[in-house]
Amino acid sequence: MQSKVSSIEKPATPSLKGFEWRNYIVYFAFVGVLIYFSISLSDEGFLTSGNLLNIVRQTATISLMALAMTFVISTGEIDLSVGSIAALSSLVGALAIQAGYGIIGGLIGGVGTGLVVGLINGLLVTKVAIPSFLVTLGTMGAIKGAAMWVTDTAPVPIVDANFNFIFGSGDIGPIPVLLIWTLVFTVIAHILLRKTTFGRQVLATGGNENAARFSGVKTMKIKLMVFLATGLMAGLAGLLYAGRMNAGRFSFGEGDELSVIAAVILGGTSLFGGVGTIIGTIVGSLMIGTINNGLIIMGLDVSQQMIIKGIIIILAVAFGKKAMKR
Amino acid sequence: MEQPILEMRGINKAFNGITVLNDVNFSVKKGEVHALMGGNGAGKSTLMKILTGVYSADSGEILIEGKPVSIKSYDDAQKNNISMIFQEFSLIPTLSVAQNIYLTREKKTSLGLLDDKDCEMKTEKLLEELGVDIKPTEIVQNLGVGYWQMTEIAKALSQEAKILIMDEPTSSLTKNETEILFSFINKLKAKGYSIIYISHRMDEIFQICDRITIMRDGRYITTEKCSETNLDTVISHIVGMQFDQAFEWKERSYATDVPPIFEVRNLSAEHVEDINLKIQPGEIVGIAGLMGSGRTELLRNLFGIDPIKSGDIYISGQKQSIKNPKNAIEAGLALIPEDRRMQGLVLEHSVKDNMILPILSKVKKGAFIDSKKSNEISRDFVKILNIKTDNIFKQAGLLSGGNQQKIVLAKWLANDPTVLMLDEPTIGVDIGAKTEIVEIIRAMAENGKAILVVSSELPELLALSDRVIVMHDGKIKKEMTRREIKSEEELQYAIQGF
Repeated sequence: MQSKVSSIEKPATPSLKGFEWRNYIVYFAFVGVLIYFSISLSDEGFLTSGNLLNIVRQTATISLMALAMTFVISTGEIDLSVGSIAALSSLVGALAIQAGYGIIGGLIGGVGTGLVVGLINGLLVTKVAIPSFLVTLGTMGAIKGAAMWVTDTAPVPIVDANFNFIFGSGDIGPIPVLLIWTLVFTVIAHILLRKTTFGRQVLATGGNENAARFSGVKTMKIKLMVFLATGLMAGLAGLLYAGRMNAGRFSFGEGDELSVIAAVILGGTSLFGGVGTIIGTIVGSLMIGTINNGLIIMGLDVSQQMIIKGIIIILAVAFGKKAMKR
Repeated sequence: MEQPILEMRGINKAFNGITVLNDVNFSVKKGEVHALMGGNGAGKSTLMKILTGVYSADSGEILIEGKPVSIKSYDDAQKNNISMIFQEFSLIPTLSVAQNIYLTREKKTSLGLLDDKDCEMKTEKLLEELGVDIKPTEIVQNLGVGYWQMTEIAKALSQEAKILIMDEPTSSLTKNETEILFSFINKLKAKGYSIIYISHRMDEIFQICDRITIMRDGRYITTEKCSETNLDTVISHIVGMQFDQAFEWKERSYATDVPPIFEVRNLSAEHVEDINLKIQPGEIVGIAGLMGSGRTELLRNLFGIDPIKSGDIYISGQKQSIKNPKNAIEAGLALIPEDRRMQGLVLEHSVKDNMILPILSKVKKGAFIDSKKSNEISRDFVKILNIKTDNIFKQAGLLSGGNQQKIVLAKWLANDPTVLMLDEPTIGVDIGAKTEIVEIIRAMAENGKAILVVSSELPELLALSDRVIVMHDGKIKKEMTRREIKSEEELQYAIQGF
């Protein structure tokens, strides 16, 4: 008796035709970039393990922030304040260590700073209902100002060798600690997004906020949580900057929001919310790092790198839009 | 007598002192499909919002299986096994069917992680039981619209819903999808679920429902068995007086000895092919066809929204170059789009602001809008079109669907177009407003305009058109004068049966 009702019109099934190549473009692009630099920069030592590990070191801060940003963008929001948070956190962490509170003090200071700013962002977005773009545009400026003001733009050196080892320049055997940081958080973020109710509700909130709310998702709480997440990770990224450079400095993280958002979008997370991928984000981040590294070796300066990053973001979103329309 | 599964007794509700529900009674039996009908503003949606906890009644009681219950939120409604199948779909398009159905109710593994396999198995079982052929892992946005609704229903059933409220469930479905939905509803009925079915479409209601409850002006009017009533009775209850014969076709005369006022020659575009069309001044031409047959697409091409590949458009014998809607308006074309909320109106703006938008240049005084003149024009239209609004400064979004549609009409009447194109002009509009809109369109034709109407509602198309064009796969497949069409069935056959 259980006749299937559908015979007339089959629902679309994913076939090779429906293969969302956009979701995987970042992998092809990454391989393409690697091959391009390997050939064009073979004499400059691009492909040496030393340089490749360098890319990982330089990319760690962007990667950590991009992991958290994946959650924010998946809910359909954005956080522009990550770079400024990293700067302020590096300084607060350095000051705490300088004041004799040790590594733990530095950690609490840096991460706590990030959480506080994340909380402010989150509350303004959820309670005051200001669009996140405006909220974080505001805090981006304000926090940057705070970072410049707290030491009157002077850097704060960190002489604690253990701190600098754990949070920056250390290697365990051949493996840089920064690679370990990246790997650990990538695994955590991936499980959070794919395998927990939190991740599912993040995607639901971004996919259709009303529907999510009617299904019992506390969408405001979810949004608050994702801003806390970017705050936390940007705070940690600030400490990683400090550890790598042996100092806190207001200029750390400058322009990072561009790289971070580019990494997330390139990875295949939808700027319109509802679709997110951690693996894509990490590959996107490594690609940005690789491009930066390659451009530096080629002799291009920061200004030229910025131009290229800007173009990459626009291209990534343009591809994304095209795929959405279909 | 059998105990009803749901009973609403003596429900009263007022907003700001204005009574919207006056001592309404409503009861639903187990395993029946019960239509709730009434014009726009009759109080159907308010009654359902009270049932689902969106509003609370000022007085009256709700009984489920004879026990009084208190429903203060949608959660409460769900706890009482009541689920609303939303008109605006309430699924997450980017998640899979299984993920949607069990959202926030996922089973977890011993590690506290999501057990998607469990979800998918349960979903598979549920869908199997309902006889719906959807893969649990399918991403919802890849499904056809008809299947969205079934997924929603499956979701409601997984939450132990026993009473389902469906508000215009077929409004975005094709005929095929509607048939699938109806066979699905029949299955649910057989399993003992009760369905409250809100719709303006009479044919559907007589096809699928067991009983009809009719409301008018916030009052309960009557409940009748579908098998013991007929269309005329139902319509007279809804309208409150004997239904006038607006839906009867009247043979009209128009000038046939003059050149056509509107002509399309060999037009081809992405979704339409080799369209040839002539309309005399004062003639109403209807376009029939299934969804996707190219009807809407053709109007969009003619109005310059989507580009044409080849072909020419002539108005009053003049060849027109229409590259965008602005060209089209200047050439004397007007298009009243299907989705008025999205395309026809700025809902946040006032009735007046909407009406004068296309004629701003005509009501200007120097650089400013002449408020006296524009108020006058707006008031005239409110009067002529019998738009029910407190005043012309009321926000358009606050009016009922029928009145919104009249504002859209007014917008274009003000502009005095030569050719008026309408896409589903009475969709989602109550029967009273429907007859009025039909009359307005006829009056436009009497003024010598060329009228091109796309409609899925065949009685409406037959009532209006002097000539009907049937489209299929982007081509004109048949052309009939109204006189040649003997019955609705014949037209239906032309649309379906190739």
